[in-house]
Amino acid sequence: METLLHQILSGLAAGGIYGSLALALVMIFQATHLVNFAQGELAMCSTYLAWSLIHAGCPYWLAFLATVGISFVAGALIERCVIRPVENKPALAVVLVFIGLMLILNSVAGWIFGYTVKTFPSPFPDHPLFGNTYIGNHELGIIAVMALMVALLYLFFRYTTLGLAMRAAAVNPDSSRLCGIRVGRMLALGWGLAAALGAVAGMLIAPIVFLDPSMMSGVLLYAFAAALLGGIDSPGGAVVGGFLVGVVENVMGAYVIGTELKLTVALILIVGVLVMRPAGLFGKVVVTRV
Amino acid sequence: MRKLALPALLVSACVLPFLVSDYRVFQLTLVIVHAIALLGLNLLTGYSGQISLGHGAFYAIGAYTAAILIDHFHVPYWATVPLAGIVCLGAGILFGLPAGRLENLYLALATFALGVSLPQILKYRHVEPWTGGVQGVTLTKPEAPLGLPLSRDQWLYYFSLAVMVVLFAGAWNLLRGHTGRAIVAIRDNPIAAAAAGIDVARYKSLTFGVSAMYTGIAGALGGIAVQFVGPDSFSFFLSLRLLCGIVVGGLSTISGAIYGALFIQFVPNIAGDISKAAPLAIYGVLLIAVVYVMPSGIAGAVNDVARRMRAFGRTTEARSSSKHRENQPGRNHA
Repeated sequence: METLLHQILSGLAAGGIYGSLALALVMIFQATHLVNFAQGELAMCSTYLAWSLIHAGCPYWLAFLATVGISFVAGALIERCVIRPVENKPALAVVLVFIGLMLILNSVAGWIFGYTVKTFPSPFPDHPLFGNTYIGNHELGIIAVMALMVALLYLFFRYTTLGLAMRAAAVNPDSSRLCGIRVGRMLALGWGLAAALGAVAGMLIAPIVFLDPSMMSGVLLYAFAAALLGGIDSPGGAVVGGFLVGVVENVMGAYVIGTELKLTVALILIVGVLVMRPAGLFGKVVVTRV
Repeated sequence: MRKLALPALLVSACVLPFLVSDYRVFQLTLVIVHAIALLGLNLLTGYSGQISLGHGAFYAIGAYTAAILIDHFHVPYWATVPLAGIVCLGAGILFGLPAGRLENLYLALATFALGVSLPQILKYRHVEPWTGGVQGVTLTKPEAPLGLPLSRDQWLYYFSLAVMVVLFAGAWNLLRGHTGRAIVAIRDNPIAAAAAGIDVARYKSLTFGVSAMYTGIAGALGGIAVQFVGPDSFSFFLSLRLLCGIVVGGLSTISGAIYGALFIQFVPNIAGDISKAAPLAIYGVLLIAVVYVMPSGIAGAVNDVARRMRAFGRTTEARSSSKHRENQPGRNHA
């Protein structure tokens, strides 16, 4: 029983990471109806940036904030320079650009930092708090940081004018443009936010999966599963989906199929959701008018 | 001149193995293998417009089918090639059944998941007696039959070439007929296609199956040529390589598969000498560059140049013939 509880709690922690990356995917999907296949590699590059800052003697939280800021700017810049030219092209062209971006980021990271696996520090203390033995402090910290971020994002989108403008631009670009919203700028902003979210996810998972150029490929797959399970156009669904996927993955890995087939769980989840309920748990059912 | 191009190409492909070393022949065999796989992917992504980020998985299934049949059941190598094709046709149709109802983007997601997770499935301990786990399966290169005076590499080259000719002719036939038009119509406007009486979901999953069959046959040939089948040869990177190959070679063209195969066989080898990261970077940069400036790839550029040269030829011909007319006023046609 105790081990089951332990598995569920560490599943929740991993789920927090999947959820935040899924949230980043959903944000871009809402605005553009595209799934950013380069999201994982973007997060990986941010994590390398944080690693270099920390190794240059920067305190952890300062490096953390600087990385989030730089990732935000980089995300917005990528949207402006790389994605903008293919904005109105068919899905295939944009997916190809995403894949190209993914390959470039991966090789640049490998080129600069090499392919040896690096350790990444955790900002949370080692000794257990309040004598709990069920969950490590880092895992607890992941859940806390995630909850904080989701709350901040909710407040931003719900109560600020900028948040409202971003939602409007995503729902109906043409009308928003007529209301004086700079839709292109909102898109870039969305990309920036997604990249910043990804950076946080990368920095929090790096102490667990370690740092190397392909660290995010599995995580990205789970994030896809989480986003689809929650409904790919539903931010709340992405978070819930993340936790669900994290728990399912951990419990299945521990008791049913063993750790060797963990990625297959994601495959089955993705195909299963797409076949049985393409809108996910909380997504809108899309009806096409012919 | 155009009519001569194909026979000339075939004749030079037949003569080539006698002019170069066995290692080069082996590399050319791999080019043929890649060309078949790319043609399969092109049927799906180019002609039918369905994005697959996991075609490496079907290549792997084909290769493992051949390897297991040879290693465990002692099936002759030539018989495993069509069998691998049949297995992949089945797998492709099964995977394509839900895909037929999905939007493109979701298909990309599902195939992405397949491509990423397949190596893990191949390593799974309960299938290890068959797949050999991490160790993979080692094969031997077949000898030339009937005492033909050919080296093993040369024989396999001709064998693959024959398979390729059959498959390319098949694809050409399929695409120019009723089925091909239906596939392209679904890509260009699924609603109009459905209104015209085309069973969209059926054609989509069928295309997926045929595409997987081509790639699986390529996988079987590739496994025999490399003499080794292991889970790490079929990482997600293989799927991306195939995708990159067909985009650079030219989507929606048959010749694009050959250009793409030459590209993914030779360019990364050259780039790999610079650094381990270089081939990936080249793939990435080229993918984006092709989407931006050359959406129809090398095949499109070649066709474009050929068309301009023909147009140029026609104008000069017309000019010279009009001169001819002036000189000989009695003739009424040039």
